[in-house]
Amino acid sequence: MADYKMHLLVCGGTGCKAAQSELIKTNFQNQLAERGLENEIQVIHTGCFGFCEQGPIVKIQPDNTFYVSVSPDDTLEIIDEHVVKGRIVERLLYTDPNTKSQISESKNMDFYKKQVRIALRNCGFINPENIEEYIGNDGYSALGKCLDELSPEEAIKIIMDSGLRGRGGGGFPTGLKWDITRKVENEQKYVVCNADEGDPGAFMDRSILEGDPHTVIEAMAICGFCIGADKGLVYIRAEYPLAIQRLKTALKQAREFGLLGENILGSGFSFDIEIRYGAGAFVCGEETALIHSMEGKRGEPTFKPPFPSQEGYLGKPTNVNNVETFANIPPIINKGAAWFSTIGTEKSKGTKVFALAGKINNVGLIEVPMGTTLREVIYDIGGGIKNGRQFKSVQTGGPSGGCLTKDFLDTPIDYDNLLAAGSMMGSGGMIVMDEDDCMVSIAKFYLEFTLEESCGKCTPCRIGNKRLHEILEKITNGNGTPEDLTKLRMLSHVIKDTSLCGLGQTSPNPVLSTLDNFMDEYEAHVKEGKCPAGQCKALLQYVIDDEQCTGCTLCFRICPVGAISGEKRSPHYIDQALCIKCGACFEKCKFNAIKIA
Amino acid sequence: MEMINLTIDKKPLVVKKGTSILEAASSIGVHIPTLCHMHLHDMNIENKPGGCRVCVVEVTGRRNLAPACCTEVAEGMEVRSHSIRAVNARRTVLELILSDHPADCLVCAKSGNCELQDMAHHLGIREIHYQGEQSHYREDTSPAIIREMDKCILCRRCEMMCNEVQTVGVLSMINRGFHAVVSPAFEMNLDHSSCTYCGQCVAVCPTGALTEVDQTGAVIRALSDPSKTVIVQTAPAVRAALGEEFGLPAGTLVTGKMAAALRRLGFDYVFDTDFAADLTIMEEGTELLGRLNKFLAGDKDVKLPILTSCCPAWVKFFEHHFPGLKDIPSTARSPQQMFGSIAKTYFADKMQVKREDLVVVSIMPCVAKKYESSRDEFAVDGNPDVDYALTTRELAQIINLANIDFKFLPDEEFDQPMGESTGASVIFGTTGGVIEAAVRTAYELQTGKTLERLDFEELRGMEGLRKATIDFDGLPINIGIAHGLGNARKLLEEIKTGASEFHAIEIMSCPGGCIGGGGQPYHHGDVEILRKRQKAIYSEDQSKTIRKSHENPYIKKLYQEFLGEPLSEKAHHLLHTEYFDRS
Amino acid sequence: MNKIKSLADLKKLKEEVQSKIKLREKGDNPDNLIQIKVSMATCGIASGAKDTMNYFIEELDHQGIDALITQTGCMGFCYAEPTIELTMPGKQPVIYGYVDKAKAQEIIDKHIKLNELVDGIIPVSYKTIDE
Repeated sequence: MADYKMHLLVCGGTGCKAAQSELIKTNFQNQLAERGLENEIQVIHTGCFGFCEQGPIVKIQPDNTFYVSVSPDDTLEIIDEHVVKGRIVERLLYTDPNTKSQISESKNMDFYKKQVRIALRNCGFINPENIEEYIGNDGYSALGKCLDELSPEEAIKIIMDSGLRGRGGGGFPTGLKWDITRKVENEQKYVVCNADEGDPGAFMDRSILEGDPHTVIEAMAICGFCIGADKGLVYIRAEYPLAIQRLKTALKQAREFGLLGENILGSGFSFDIEIRYGAGAFVCGEETALIHSMEGKRGEPTFKPPFPSQEGYLGKPTNVNNVETFANIPPIINKGAAWFSTIGTEKSKGTKVFALAGKINNVGLIEVPMGTTLREVIYDIGGGIKNGRQFKSVQTGGPSGGCLTKDFLDTPIDYDNLLAAGSMMGSGGMIVMDEDDCMVSIAKFYLEFTLEESCGKCTPCRIGNKRLHEILEKITNGNGTPEDLTKLRMLSHVIKDTSLCGLGQTSPNPVLSTLDNFMDEYEAHVKEGKCPAGQCKALLQYVIDDEQCTGCTLCFRICPVGAISGEKRSPHYIDQALCIKCGACFEKCKFNAIKIA
Repeated sequence: MEMINLTIDKKPLVVKKGTSILEAASSIGVHIPTLCHMHLHDMNIENKPGGCRVCVVEVTGRRNLAPACCTEVAEGMEVRSHSIRAVNARRTVLELILSDHPADCLVCAKSGNCELQDMAHHLGIREIHYQGEQSHYREDTSPAIIREMDKCILCRRCEMMCNEVQTVGVLSMINRGFHAVVSPAFEMNLDHSSCTYCGQCVAVCPTGALTEVDQTGAVIRALSDPSKTVIVQTAPAVRAALGEEFGLPAGTLVTGKMAAALRRLGFDYVFDTDFAADLTIMEEGTELLGRLNKFLAGDKDVKLPILTSCCPAWVKFFEHHFPGLKDIPSTARSPQQMFGSIAKTYFADKMQVKREDLVVVSIMPCVAKKYESSRDEFAVDGNPDVDYALTTRELAQIINLANIDFKFLPDEEFDQPMGESTGASVIFGTTGGVIEAAVRTAYELQTGKTLERLDFEELRGMEGLRKATIDFDGLPINIGIAHGLGNARKLLEEIKTGASEFHAIEIMSCPGGCIGGGGQPYHHGDVEILRKRQKAIYSEDQSKTIRKSHENPYIKKLYQEFLGEPLSEKAHHLLHTEYFDRS
Repeated sequence: MNKIKSLADLKKLKEEVQSKIKLREKGDNPDNLIQIKVSMATCGIASGAKDTMNYFIEELDHQGIDALITQTGCMGFCYAEPTIELTMPGKQPVIYGYVDKAKAQEIIDKHIKLNELVDGIIPVSYKTIDE
């Protein structure tokens, strides 16, 4: 086989594809062909590199050059300069925001320095549509090891000893879950991969399926071997077309290579996987709701027990794990429990993938060892707060996580610490807020999401969250009273205490954590009638400072409702009864004469 | 059997493994309140979605509160059902439900019979702390059932009945979160759906969300119209349940008091549907024997088993779900419709009343009877054979309106000629009764011998699916019985595949048969009430001197004077019907 | 594609296909590898740097020596093209000029395999071309 001398890795994740990475790849291929280099230099689409803030990414190996924000117009220069002449195209290198120096190798970038990539090990490294690349990078060797050398009990023991816990949010020990399912006697069992990623902003599961689908297939087969199942199902949201397509390709290849199907590797073990599509309901990430949805029923949770391990899909014992959890399995089997358990904290082993979003410089997908502090993630990897603003809060764990203050910045991230801090790991969403964010509005925003996604089955989640939201609405509209704050807290506790599933049990977290950590903001709303962040329109007033106003009439002219009046060259005035607080005057005034009161 | 030790409210107890906290608590006199939960013991019908969260209790060591209805006991468990945390949560949850419920209790059809109202009273709710937007849905009126979903608390009992018990699959929860509601698909109207109007949703609804179409006003107007002759018929199961509406214990037979009350209400003639039930046996029994004898004579085209056709919800069910089998059920009309048909011909002629001046009212344990009476084929020139079909509950309502103190009424007799009935017709009100009545007559007609034993215990009971073989003097007749449409479906599937071993099958839509009908006084999940009604029905049978339909003297007279013989052309015209493909 | 029927088959396939991605792994972790940078600016290419580079790649591969061979821009020794920079793990980089195939062979045989310096070293005052 022809060995290429140089590889151009073009990010083929959904984000970069949206930014024309497909065209970048085609341009490269055409331009190489024009120069007769197509057999020397290989262009491949990989999975996501994680550094989405700076996408599309092009990485050149073996030179280890990392180009960021590449556009289809840049390919010619990369070919002519870098590929042909070996000269780095410096303008496409990443510029360190702190030192202002350009960095050509990703490992020298702060974004990657502190990362340890286990689940994402192949993302941005291999071509996800080529099973040989996966095999070349130790792929399917863990399955081979299980089938050849290990008994199901021994394999489960490795997973148990590794300390791996479910990455979907619950944090249940994975090995234990497998062991429980294995011990339930039944002729038919199922392995289910939960790829119904629903947290807004989180996309690690999608990235893994897009960038390394075989790892999930291999892990599911290992799980099938361990628990005694010959059938796997991937429940994936239909809104992930690229992940679905890559997974389908991978399944096809795995079957062609005999790594799925009858008598895998001559071991007598048979296993195959089907894809089931979800319509994108958040609650279907809950495992019982997911199973009902797969059965064609309404996607709503039922009371556990019985756990899916006992009675799951079609009433059969079913082991449900999330994509990221599965992605950790092959390396653990290959490298051993001891290796894995050296990474992380005492009760949370290994790494966790986080989706960084919000007011942070380096938005993207990162994987860090458990125990990394929030400060390291936000400032070192995330590059700090956008536009030099002050950090106010970080919300972890998706829409039902809590909002943590700067006091928690040095807390090592693991399941238990986040819970103790009033938040949770969730599936790894991490949204950063700065001083311009109103925490009452933030709580309301998250509640809107859970309100929308509640299935409506149990009273506290269906009606309780509605009432919570109405109280928050009242507060942000300037009609809140101090009693409302007490009501918020009491109702939140009841909702947590009585809801049927994890969605309802955690939905008041944003409210409770902001009440705990940002009480002053709530009080400013209800007692002083002010929104300190200036976000709640009903609570702010635009006024014109007579001293600064030059009477230029610009504001008078742009006000859409005619609320501003005044003579030329003398101070203007805003009629508060007419003002709709659109902020147009504030933005346009050249003399900073319009103030928010 | 593994036993579990636990304490509930500090009282130690030992229960079987698998018991719920709710059941365990109830065994020591701790009655944890429930709202969505409903358990019809021995019928294998249980609704425990764990949705309302009223039954939450505190379990030591558990992070959150546990719903008692669906949490199994565990060894060493410490349950506190009335800790301040549990009580506060329970009350808050109920307040939340009330905050999304119209506060029109005083004028609600369910007032006094509403489980939500009872719960608010039980938990002493005096203020709703969390007020806000209420959900609003369009009212859906059908020929039999009204859906007022503003009052729905999403207990899902109706859904469980419609899908799991009846396998009709019309009602299910749609939409999400605050907008979630139980509805036919695409929020279509009930009368556009394949709803059978069995009324089991109405029977189990804890609030006023599902009720029957109220025809009391129309009946009262007819009674006060001097130009009308208003006659009434009462179905067998009504007499075994009506007393409950007036505080009498379940299972009290009030046949005589009911006749007295109807007379006081001003009905010109008080008749009995039982009379028509005897007539049904004559027609249906003859049809059964006809088909059976053809079959025995080697006719391979004959349709067997024959299925009963008294139950309108069952008829609509097979019209929707098994249209291919529509020539299998007996073509005999139901007793209600036979009564209406005879009343507006034979009786009207006799009394020299014009058809349009004769108003036929039926008192039924059923809401589907309202729909049945409105079917086009049961009217002549737009004038229905049965004008109004009231439920047992509606009858109680108009008795109250007429200032009648029901408990103190004397026992009175039905009027003649359509008030005479046999024991066979009374048992039409319970599962197994129609087929037992048919057997009593068919046996004698077929064998020419007199039955020595009239009580066919093998056909009785509460099992959802039952079968028995009756010896017709050397000829074994295989009988199947199903109540609940889900059970009926199983028998129909067998017929479809040709695997059915039966000659005759009785089907009733409601669990327990008509005694458990959707128009009966609410049982609120107490299956013991159904048993007591059933017992009452059989005791009425026992008390009758004539217990075989073909021995009813007025039936004999009817054939002599008017119909000729069973299955005659006239009988066909007036007493039989056809079925339609509604799939 | 024939099915993989045993673990041995899988291992065999892995060895076959490993080289497909080996280059990327090397690129990610160059510090423990022999690194050869070939100057491939216009002057270098004109003097046959491409042949030199290919020779290194093929010959080292042939001899089973793991090395990271990359191209780089003009090193500034245009008089001595083709030039290469050789870095043995843990050692200072060394620059050779006039590297044709024969020279390349000599560098492989002596410097890389026996760690003996070869004639033709261009003395430089800086450490590596990257700095």
